[in-house]
Amino acid sequence: MRYVYLVSIVGVIGLIALLGPRGSVTTRPPIEVFPDMDRMPKYHPQAKSAFFADGRTDRLPVEGTIARGTYYEDEYFATGKNGEAFGKGFPIDVDNDAMARGEDRYNIYCSVCHGAAGDGDSMTKKYGMLTVANLVDQRLVDYTDGQLYDVVKNGKGLMLGYADRLSVEDRWNVVLYVRALQRAANGTKDDLTPAKREELGL
Amino acid sequence: MSNVFPKWSNALPLKIIVFIFILAAAIVSGVTYYATPSYTRVGYQPAQPVLYDHSFHVGELGLDCRYCHSAVEESGHANIPAASTCMSCHSTIKTDSPLLEPVRASFASGEPVPWVRVHETPDYVYFNHSVHVNRGVSCVECHGKVNEMEIVTHDQSLSMGWCLDCHRNPEEHIRPVDQVTNLDWVHPGGKKGQIEDGLKFVEEWKINPPQSCSGCHR
Repeated sequence: MRYVYLVSIVGVIGLIALLGPRGSVTTRPPIEVFPDMDRMPKYHPQAKSAFFADGRTDRLPVEGTIARGTYYEDEYFATGKNGEAFGKGFPIDVDNDAMARGEDRYNIYCSVCHGAAGDGDSMTKKYGMLTVANLVDQRLVDYTDGQLYDVVKNGKGLMLGYADRLSVEDRWNVVLYVRALQRAANGTKDDLTPAKREELGL
Repeated sequence: MSNVFPKWSNALPLKIIVFIFILAAAIVSGVTYYATPSYTRVGYQPAQPVLYDHSFHVGELGLDCRYCHSAVEESGHANIPAASTCMSCHSTIKTDSPLLEPVRASFASGEPVPWVRVHETPDYVYFNHSVHVNRGVSCVECHGKVNEMEIVTHDQSLSMGWCLDCHRNPEEHIRPVDQVTNLDWVHPGGKKGQIEDGLKFVEEWKINPPQSCSGCHR
């Protein structure tokens, strides 16, 4: 009996040594102990497909079609252009909500390169993004709203477009916030109310 | 006849019973400890086709989670970014790095980079990212401190009991919505403040996490 215990203990210690504690880092895919119906023959987003020739479950729109809900009758709203020329003005409601949303989106997608203040001073600049535009520069202040919208959507120079990550509405919100940054960076004392000017002694 | 069984065999049945009990206890503890996602899933760190370092891109550069996982607020599925997202910067930076070759190839051909999925719930679980992140459940609650991971590692068990821990006591885990992607955020008031504010959010946002089967299984 003593030997049975000895062999069992050695066995258990061996097993523990082999299995390791919870949370050990491993590249082996997780074992599914009770696999029941964990994996069903159905499709998940961005997963592999055995059916389609390109091996993807995600399908691209059929050529010559667009997805429902992505057609906008208002050409200026969708492209920033009236005919061939870039337009002026905002086709969205300009209010605090739009500005807050624009700030939120700007800080996610734009500030990484253009900087939180829009002046191009950002973390990625330190790592070699040297051609990033200074958004508060007069050159870009002179851009029309539609032109700025077009840059957000389609990119310009080395910048790729953000159409895949920003909805049409959000692109306009971002343009609105960029306008606010430009205003903040290029403000003069004339922008202040007379009371404030007096308060600051200007 | 008296010599057929030696004297020591008298105690044998008892010894065998005791041994069986000990063995059973060992097996039960073993299964409890190992046959659960806390053991089988946590620590999973697959080798990825590109050594994307979250600790650098998020921790050092300060990229928001949504810069790449852009659909997470609208979609049930938190998307893996397209190669064009990587190329937003890498068309300028490290343009000839051999490590980025799969990304460049994908960008040129349109074939996806074969990323290996780390977190995968069973197919009968219908987890929706958007409802969680829009109600103050941070990424860190389920994915751990990805902003400190060089290689993404499975951090939490994602077992059903673990889901229910939060569904039963949501106030311990929800935070202001604007801090959801700030993985280092902790409530400045500590545990007590977290629960106080958590209860407030639960009431204000009418949070009622389902605990019935059909909440997550259909």
